[in-house]
Amino acid sequence: MLRFLATRVGLLIPTFIGVSLVAFGFIRLLPGDPILIFAGEHGITPERYHQVAMQYGFDRPIWTQYFHYLGNLLHGDFGQSIVTRRPVLREFITLFPATLELSVCAIVFAVIIGVPAGVLAAVKRGSVVDQGLMGTALVGYSMPVFWWALLLVIFFSGILHWTPVSGRMDLLYFFKPVTGFMLIDSLLSGQKGAFTSAVSHLILPTIVLGTIPLAVIARQTRSAMLEVLGEDYVRTARAKGLSPFRVVGIHALRNALIPVITTIGLQVGMMMAGAILTETIFSWPGIGKWMVDSVFRRDYPVVQGGLILIAGIIMIVNLVVDLLYGLVNPRIRHR
Amino acid sequence: MPLLEVRNLTVTFDTASGPFKAVSGVDLSIEPNEIMAIVGESGSGKSVGMLAVMGLLPKSATVTADRLAFEGQDMLTMSSRARRRIIGREIAMIFQEPIASLNPCFTVGFQIGEMLKTHTSLSRGERHRRSVELLELVGMPEPERRLSAFPHQLSGGMSQRVMIAMAISCNPKLLIADEPTTALDVTIQAQILDLLVALKNETGMALALITHDMGVVAETADRVIVQYAGEQVERQQVAGLFSAPHHPYTEALLRALPERAIGNRLPAIPGVVPGQGDRPTGCVFNPRCPYSTEMCREVVPPHQPIELGRALCHYPRNTEKAAA
Ligand SMILES: Nc1ncnc2c1ncn2[C@@H]1O[C@H](COP(=O)(O)OP(=O)(O)OP(=O)(O)O)[C@@H](O)[C@H]1O
Ligand code: SF4
Ligand SMILES: [Mg+2]
Repeated sequence: MLRFLATRVGLLIPTFIGVSLVAFGFIRLLPGDPILIFAGEHGITPERYHQVAMQYGFDRPIWTQYFHYLGNLLHGDFGQSIVTRRPVLREFITLFPATLELSVCAIVFAVIIGVPAGVLAAVKRGSVVDQGLMGTALVGYSMPVFWWALLLVIFFSGILHWTPVSGRMDLLYFFKPVTGFMLIDSLLSGQKGAFTSAVSHLILPTIVLGTIPLAVIARQTRSAMLEVLGEDYVRTARAKGLSPFRVVGIHALRNALIPVITTIGLQVGMMMAGAILTETIFSWPGIGKWMVDSVFRRDYPVVQGGLILIAGIIMIVNLVVDLLYGLVNPRIRHR
Repeated sequence: MPLLEVRNLTVTFDTASGPFKAVSGVDLSIEPNEIMAIVGESGSGKSVGMLAVMGLLPKSATVTADRLAFEGQDMLTMSSRARRRIIGREIAMIFQEPIASLNPCFTVGFQIGEMLKTHTSLSRGERHRRSVELLELVGMPEPERRLSAFPHQLSGGMSQRVMIAMAISCNPKLLIADEPTTALDVTIQAQILDLLVALKNETGMALALITHDMGVVAETADRVIVQYAGEQVERQQVAGLFSAPHHPYTEALLRALPERAIGNRLPAIPGVVPGQGDRPTGCVFNPRCPYSTEMCREVVPPHQPIELGRALCHYPRNTEKAAA
């Protein structure tokens, strides 16, 4: 297990260097001179242009710029936003809880519904239930996110007036962020109705962000269960006189979860991409919206630093998933 | 009263190419503390028959029987809950592939303890003690330490010992062993068989032993059932079967047995067991039978009287030596 862990951690270093290279290089391929865009319609004098370019190091060779940047990264310096002048890392840390809260809710939603749905479909293989569930999953998987979000908003916000259209909290309530997670902060604030408001703001974004992972997890759970249900040890469990619930829910599911956990991990990674769209649709003040806004503003340092930070998060998630995989699979744990 | 009584057991699989009768018209009864051997080549329906008794066949199987009773209780009509109180506790089963039969995600201790938890009212501590005792009983070295082992850390022989420990944990009255040694090394095979016979003698349980190996039958069994292509072709006491087989298939199995046997496998009889789609008309054995006649190819043979081992044959062998 230790060796397993060591190799996984060791792999992070080249991955990280690769990611930083891509982020650094890719940004430079985008059209548009950031200094000119920043200067806006008033234009900029050649002297001032030169001064700004020096300040950001744009005048030096690209490799020098890269190594300088990499060195700063290692010191935790992700640069400064051209627009707000605040450190990229600080902005990221302020906005990340919003994204994390939404992602956690979405993945919990996807797992809580997806896994049982997959198990049920596998147990009732070929029945109307199976076909219904898998048909629904396919629809959920192929539905354009934007359109799906609009449908939900029109129905639940527009027609039923059950949920708000955007944001994280009603303007009625105001409290200082403590953890950055609305669900927790609203409770800590002690204001009546604040928690309910936080929940109601979360519902639609959670559903929108969680739909694709839900569909993927349900399908993967079903196929993993189908494979496992035919195994000899499941027959042994039946031969022991165990209840069908124990046979399926303990003996079969425990084995089926091993591949499903990998799927869940991949979906968490994909969620960062999903968050960009979902946060934009619902004006959710998180990392995704921040990145999109920064791209439009040609805020290089933010896009570059943000990409690296997001990649870092995904790498950590994958590491955790690998560890979990080792923990649930005795064949890896006790090698 | 027999422990297990089965009359006219038939199992039909619903397959893509139509219904397939894997077991047809099997009768058997098992008495307390006896060893009943079930022999036959691969594909003769030995496993399917016993899985039907245990209720372990997939949904694609239709099981019918005139009677299927354990200690006089009708297992066909009882609720699945009532059935689960018999399965595992009163009738236990072990399988051909011991390594695949243990759940790779749970420790040996968990898998044995779960059985005790389901069928007994033992406390946690008592279950632990009983598990250690069971592993000792099946000859597992370092039983205490083995409880926390995972199946992939065990050899095939040790896995089968764990399966046996689990199977006998609730003192079953009948243990069904489906080719328990086929997947094991030759040296281990004898050990496992000796263990099963010793446990049978110690605990007084009955043993239904499915095997390919006529040598094993001769050494261990009290009575024998010979199956061919899903049909029960002969049923006899072991001594009678070896001295005076009544069915030509039994005779062929025995004739090829002693010196010419290759390894522990059934000796080669020319031809193969017919599968789905190529079952012949008349007697199922006729394409491979040296005594086959026009009649055999056209008319399904009847069961001969019990004195002739209920041989499913028009021309039973050794009729002068019919059992008394
Ligand atoms: N689930 C199933 N669906 C369809 N046919 C099946 C199924 N299980 C078994 N059969 C068929 O039933 C027949 C009897 O199989 P069975 O496993 O009982 O043979 P066996 O006598 O135990 O052979 P072996 O010595 O190889 O274990 C075979 O032809 C097999 O292909
Ligand atoms: S009925 Fe005929 S073919 Fe069948 S076993 Fe008897 S003699 Fe052989
Ligand atoms: Mg078999």
